[in-house]
Amino acid sequence: MRARRSKAFWALLAFTLAVCAFLVVPVAMSMLAGVTRNYFVGWRGGLTLDWVIKVWTDYRHTIGLSLQIALACLACTLMLGVPAAYVLARSRSRVARAIEELLVMPVAVPGLATALALIVTFGGWGGLRTSWVFILIGHVLFTLPFMVRSVLAVLASIDLRTLEEGARSLGASFTQRFFGIVLPNCRSGIVAGSLMVVTLSLGEFNMTLLLHTPLTPTLPVGLADAYASLRIEVGSAYTLVFFVILIPLLVALQWAGAGVSPGTARRPRSDTPLQGRGSCAPNVNPPGGG
Amino acid sequence: MSGIPILLERCAKTFEDGTRALHPTDLAIAAGETIVLLGPSGCGKTTTLRIVAGLESPDAGGRVRFGDADVTEVPIERRNVGMVFQSYALFPNMTVAGNVEYGLKVRGMAAADRAARVREMLAMMRIEPLAARRIDQLSGGQRQRVALARAIAPRPRVLLLDEPLTALDARLREDLRLEIDRLLRSLGITGVYVTHDQAEAMALGDRIAVMSQGRIAQIGTPEQVYFEPADAFVADFIGTMNRVAGTLVDGALRFPGGRLPLPAGHGVPYAMFRPEDLRLVDAAGADFSGRVVSAFFFGDHLRLVVDAGGDAPLVAKLPPRAGLRAGDPVHFTIDAASIAAPAER
Repeated sequence: MRARRSKAFWALLAFTLAVCAFLVVPVAMSMLAGVTRNYFVGWRGGLTLDWVIKVWTDYRHTIGLSLQIALACLACTLMLGVPAAYVLARSRSRVARAIEELLVMPVAVPGLATALALIVTFGGWGGLRTSWVFILIGHVLFTLPFMVRSVLAVLASIDLRTLEEGARSLGASFTQRFFGIVLPNCRSGIVAGSLMVVTLSLGEFNMTLLLHTPLTPTLPVGLADAYASLRIEVGSAYTLVFFVILIPLLVALQWAGAGVSPGTARRPRSDTPLQGRGSCAPNVNPPGGG
Repeated sequence: MSGIPILLERCAKTFEDGTRALHPTDLAIAAGETIVLLGPSGCGKTTTLRIVAGLESPDAGGRVRFGDADVTEVPIERRNVGMVFQSYALFPNMTVAGNVEYGLKVRGMAAADRAARVREMLAMMRIEPLAARRIDQLSGGQRQRVALARAIAPRPRVLLLDEPLTALDARLREDLRLEIDRLLRSLGITGVYVTHDQAEAMALGDRIAVMSQGRIAQIGTPEQVYFEPADAFVADFIGTMNRVAGTLVDGALRFPGGRLPLPAGHGVPYAMFRPEDLRLVDAAGADFSGRVVSAFFFGDHLRLVVDAGGDAPLVAKLPPRAGLRAGDPVHFTIDAASIAAPAER
């Protein structure tokens, strides 16, 4: 016999489902609109991949550029942000605390204002204005705080100083400590920061709208263009393509971060009762793996 | 593996904010000796340990020598010391075996030799079954065993222990104290052990350096420090010490409760003695008398707080079957040889 659920349980369940529907339905509707022959007729009018194919042929370059910028942005924030977070975590000075606070400035200032400042300052620098690197600079500026904060939060939660002293007493040089002790122990922060940086860069519109040129449109800029000037089916198909690219990318990043290297494998999970039904349960395929 | 003598010469430490953590201090530690730095928090014991380790450098003028070598400018990475921390400082990204192996790995030891040494260390600390465990799956006692194994795996010349048992509960402390003692004796390694627990200091130290306010107040064997405290601070910090003030009359100290026999040459109008040196007698043969204020039964002994008319109540440690309770009159005698008069500050 199952225990009887209380009325509160059903009320909460209904509320939760309603909230989920509120969030999920518009996304589903938009994606559905991308494959209908005619949005105003609805799905009864028939489904087609024509719009998706049109988006792919007309806007493929924006997708490529966005991915390129997002990955370059990730590389920059990793190289700048992780060491910066390490130094900030190690330092006890007041200057370090002030820098930590100032780091949120690019997030607090509207993207349009940052973009304008970049154009006023660097707009005249040779070919920079027309290069995709110009957009990259804006994106790094905007996403760096997320990487630093995310890594810093993890570093603050472990006793970094003592861990390093332990490693030093065992004879480890700075390089050995940094790569053998510091980085592996802030991996969760690096993964969280990376996910944040990639999603923010891929979806960044405010700043990119001003920074881009007709030669360097990114995905969100193209999306805005499609919504504004073409049929709604095309814009919706664009959204569909965006999702299809974004989700596997994020999953892949998460996996890369949780990487299975010897000694760090999360063993307890394989010891849990799940093992008991291991033989009959189908292996769950990685989402987005196919 | 054998130890190396350590010599601190006029080592002082002033921190950036101007705090003087350690006044100029000389300390000579013999090869293979275990020395315990004992004192309340803020007495400079951890600073002294960190100077020996190489985690802090002494103020200008101070020198640190390991044997014949002056290591003052040598960073901890190249001093070949093993260190055990109060918070264990184990690497959460590695297994138990990985932690023990780390010091060997960074020294570039061959994989086969490393594996053999790790097995040897795990066996020595009796933690072989834990080899593949992650650090967060270990209890506090197990963690400290791993930390010890990790510290001694690279065969250091000096083992430094910074309050290694403070984070553990009483029962485990006892077990691990025995373990550390066995380790230090069997390895013959030079050990520096920092603690604020006098029982640990007594049990482990060949010699104890009692520290107070950035200075070594006394250094000596546990017996010397206990029986011949150099000053009132040491006397009070190590065990319980009764203090009685009065007037000197005919080679005895007269006070409201009676008189204390004094050893020859005792020249100050006060005296100190340990609670266990008092013997319970009849009124007739008593040196002094008082009344029990409170009595605590500990099983193996009875602890009395006695009002003998002095400024402060006296503590007496008696056999458990004395059968006294609060309010009872008591009469004591004491040997003149048990009376001390360390300098007061």
